[in-house]
Amino acid sequence: MSDKPKAIKGAANASDEFDYSAGLAVIPADKIEDPGLEPHHVRMTDKSKKHEKAAARQVALLFFVSIFGSASALVIYFLFPLSTTEFGPVRENTFWLGLAIALGTLALGIGAVHWAKTLMPAAEQAEARHQTRGSEETRARAVEIIKLADQESGFSRRKLIRRSLYTALAFFPLPGILVFGDLGPNPGRTLRHTKWAKGVRLVHDPYGAPILASDVTEGSVFHVVPANINPDDEDYLEQKSKAAVLLVGVNPEDLTIAPDKKGWDYNGIVAYSKICTHVGCPVALFEQDTHHLLCPCHQSTFDLNNGCAVIFGPASRPLPQLPITVDKDGYLIAQSDFLEPVGPSFWDRSIN
Amino acid sequence: MATTVNTRKKGGVLAGTANYLDERVGVAGILKEFGRKIFPDHWSFMLGEVALYSFLILLLSGTFLTFFFQPAMTDVIYNGVYGPLKGAHMSIAYASTLDISFEVRGGLLFRQVHHWAALLFVAAAGLHMLRVFFTGAFRKPREINWVVGFALFVLGMAAGFTGYSLPDDLLSGNGLRIIDGMIKGVPVIGVWISSLLFGGQFPGHNIVARLYSLHIMIVPALILVFLAIHLFMVVIHKHTHYSGPGRRDDNVVGYPLMPVYVAKAGGFFFIVFGVIMLIAATFTINPVWNYGGYDPSPVSAGTQPDWYIGWLDGALRLAPTHLETMDAWGHTWSWNILLPLIVGVLFLVVVAAYPFVEAWITGDKREHHVLDRPRNTPTRTAVGAAGVTFYAVLWAGAATDLIATNFHMSLNQVLTSAQISLFVLPVLAFFVTKRLCLSLQRKDREIVLHGRESGRIVRLPHGEYVEIHEPVDAYTQYKLVDYKDYKPTLARPNAEGKITAAARVRASLSKFYFEDRIAPVTQGELDAAHHDHHEAVEAAPAAEVKAVTAKKAPAAKKPATKAAPAAKKPAAAKPAAKKAPKKD
Repeated sequence: MSDKPKAIKGAANASDEFDYSAGLAVIPADKIEDPGLEPHHVRMTDKSKKHEKAAARQVALLFFVSIFGSASALVIYFLFPLSTTEFGPVRENTFWLGLAIALGTLALGIGAVHWAKTLMPAAEQAEARHQTRGSEETRARAVEIIKLADQESGFSRRKLIRRSLYTALAFFPLPGILVFGDLGPNPGRTLRHTKWAKGVRLVHDPYGAPILASDVTEGSVFHVVPANINPDDEDYLEQKSKAAVLLVGVNPEDLTIAPDKKGWDYNGIVAYSKICTHVGCPVALFEQDTHHLLCPCHQSTFDLNNGCAVIFGPASRPLPQLPITVDKDGYLIAQSDFLEPVGPSFWDRSIN
Repeated sequence: MATTVNTRKKGGVLAGTANYLDERVGVAGILKEFGRKIFPDHWSFMLGEVALYSFLILLLSGTFLTFFFQPAMTDVIYNGVYGPLKGAHMSIAYASTLDISFEVRGGLLFRQVHHWAALLFVAAAGLHMLRVFFTGAFRKPREINWVVGFALFVLGMAAGFTGYSLPDDLLSGNGLRIIDGMIKGVPVIGVWISSLLFGGQFPGHNIVARLYSLHIMIVPALILVFLAIHLFMVVIHKHTHYSGPGRRDDNVVGYPLMPVYVAKAGGFFFIVFGVIMLIAATFTINPVWNYGGYDPSPVSAGTQPDWYIGWLDGALRLAPTHLETMDAWGHTWSWNILLPLIVGVLFLVVVAAYPFVEAWITGDKREHHVLDRPRNTPTRTAVGAAGVTFYAVLWAGAATDLIATNFHMSLNQVLTSAQISLFVLPVLAFFVTKRLCLSLQRKDREIVLHGRESGRIVRLPHGEYVEIHEPVDAYTQYKLVDYKDYKPTLARPNAEGKITAAARVRASLSKFYFEDRIAPVTQGELDAAHHDHHEAVEAAPAAEVKAVTAKKAPAAKKPATKAAPAAKKPAAAKPAAKKAPKKD
């Protein structure tokens, strides 16, 4: 900036007319002189006819190997057919076909490079390089052209045209943005509700069988979905991705229950949302010894005995608890829907 | 005139075709311009080539896959040849992926070629970027091309991720779930964006088709456009070359395009293809049939994204617990998602902006076509090493669970160490790298001034032992001294006499960059070093040294460069170098 601009040659070619500032560069007065390009490295193939011939034969041999590889790929295609009843033959088909094609391409490539390295000239050559900027004359002409275009169109002179053009250009893409509006519906309250409701049975995922409270022994874990969703439903995966629940039987004495969640468990059987409050992976790993639930995606860890509070990892909120009880037949049912939105946080999550 | 034009050209079909093409598209002019264009040769220039060829292989194998893949999420019951999944509910996308794998000859092979090529594409592009960074190839006039290359790297990641999600298997579905969770965490618009992207609630029935059109059309088209710009600029600027004798900012030293580079680069395409094919034939990648179709409830432990997404996944994992906050109006700020996003974006911004920052600090407006050896720019190299370390810690962060289980360590401690490492290791890497560079520069100086250690110990008549140092030849010597040297500046007042904040920042940055500097050896220093040598030490081994240097052709140039100082003080001139016979 304010350093003395040292006017020295930029890409110091005699024909380059513009001198660039070297900035903070130190230009030594007595730089060691450039000895110029080093002498050429003489190869065996340059010196001896024998080696040259041998190299030529090697290159041709590699090309023949390539032909062999590609041709055998054609044979292999028929030699290793796939079966319509079992998937085993895929292994051989993939392996041999790949190997043959690889031989065809590798030998071809190595042959070409070998040719270049042994038989084509090895002497490095120098070519002049010029500054990227145009010559003063070219630049002057460019400026002239722009001025001429401006003059002829009256672009600077005619303010009304110019400004209305800018505005038109600004408006033009707006419909293009708007038509994307139907990419998805208004999310509305979909994130706040699941299929759980009063009296909905907890059923095994994926078998769909209801669960008897007496079957949930201490330390056992069940992957659970509500009974009112079915794999044939149009929105099965959407509903499941909100309603999936992990059911665990624990010793009631080990549970620390918050006052507002009293009666949400059934004799030590607790049901928690399986959808991580971090970014939504299924919290599917249960450590029996520690009563910790672990999310395998980012290792958020929840303490089951303590209301699934976060004890480690990037999550911030406990997993929502599903209040459960049993129906008259002894099957586990939900008392209601979750009382807070499940899954990852979102902007107006806590506003109802 | 008329007769010559009408004369039928000799030379048969080839000449006829050439003539036909020249008269219609002017191929002669194109060949004249580009046929003998010089390209410098160095193994590190291959990295960009690997990326380019991987991309071509991606286009070829990807096109093959599009003929069989069906990007629809309609639920079907699988009834293909893969027994374990028979009767299972799955999307058509997943079912057609299984069909490609098990019912199309070469289908699995090309799926694997496509996936391996994708991994290689991003890897090669990343290494190419590192090469460009550490050699200063991003300096004027190539700053814009750096940004174009950066865009290509980001597009590569986008292409990879959109493709990874297409099979709609359990693993990639969970990846999408994470993306959905992250998007929902974005303030104000997050939930809306998620709904627009997925066409309603997650996972919906649209996302695969939408990713498909991005993956096979929009992203590759953008990559092609940027690739064209990237290569066009390489032609405009001509390729850089490493510093060395005869290599200057106003020339380009290497081999001609035709025939050498056509053979080398063309051959290299087939080598890259062959290597990818070999890997694809022998190593399974992404065995989607093992995972099953996407289901929001199950998940497998030890899940990993493809390697290039790892650093972002790691950033998510390293976020501390309980970062989420609510503001006064009850809105949720998911800092556990926003912070990693911000860190990731900032990192990318720094990478993209680096050339402009460095150009501002040095104020060097010249064009640079000779590459720096990384040691000769210690601070830049150290900054690069710090950046690589930062990225690497984030990347390793995506594998905390695997590190913990494989090395039998506590997951919590592994994660905490990674969190600490993210701040400590880059700083450490910076200092270690900078010191290493400075040491290497000192070593270079030593070699130029006093020659290289020959390993031969000589006993002098008076009993002293010395090791013979052999002077290096003029070419090696020039390679060691030819680099650009900068010195820090003070904050100086501008035209109005004010010292602006920018000037202060620039001054302190220039100090940070160039305070520790090892200047290249000058001719004066070289002469002085030779004069300082003890006469006896120099004289004694002279005969032996002569014998050694005489065999070396490169030493021949030495007398020429030494001629001037030698003439001034002939008595003190270095005997060995002087007596080396001329060979040319």
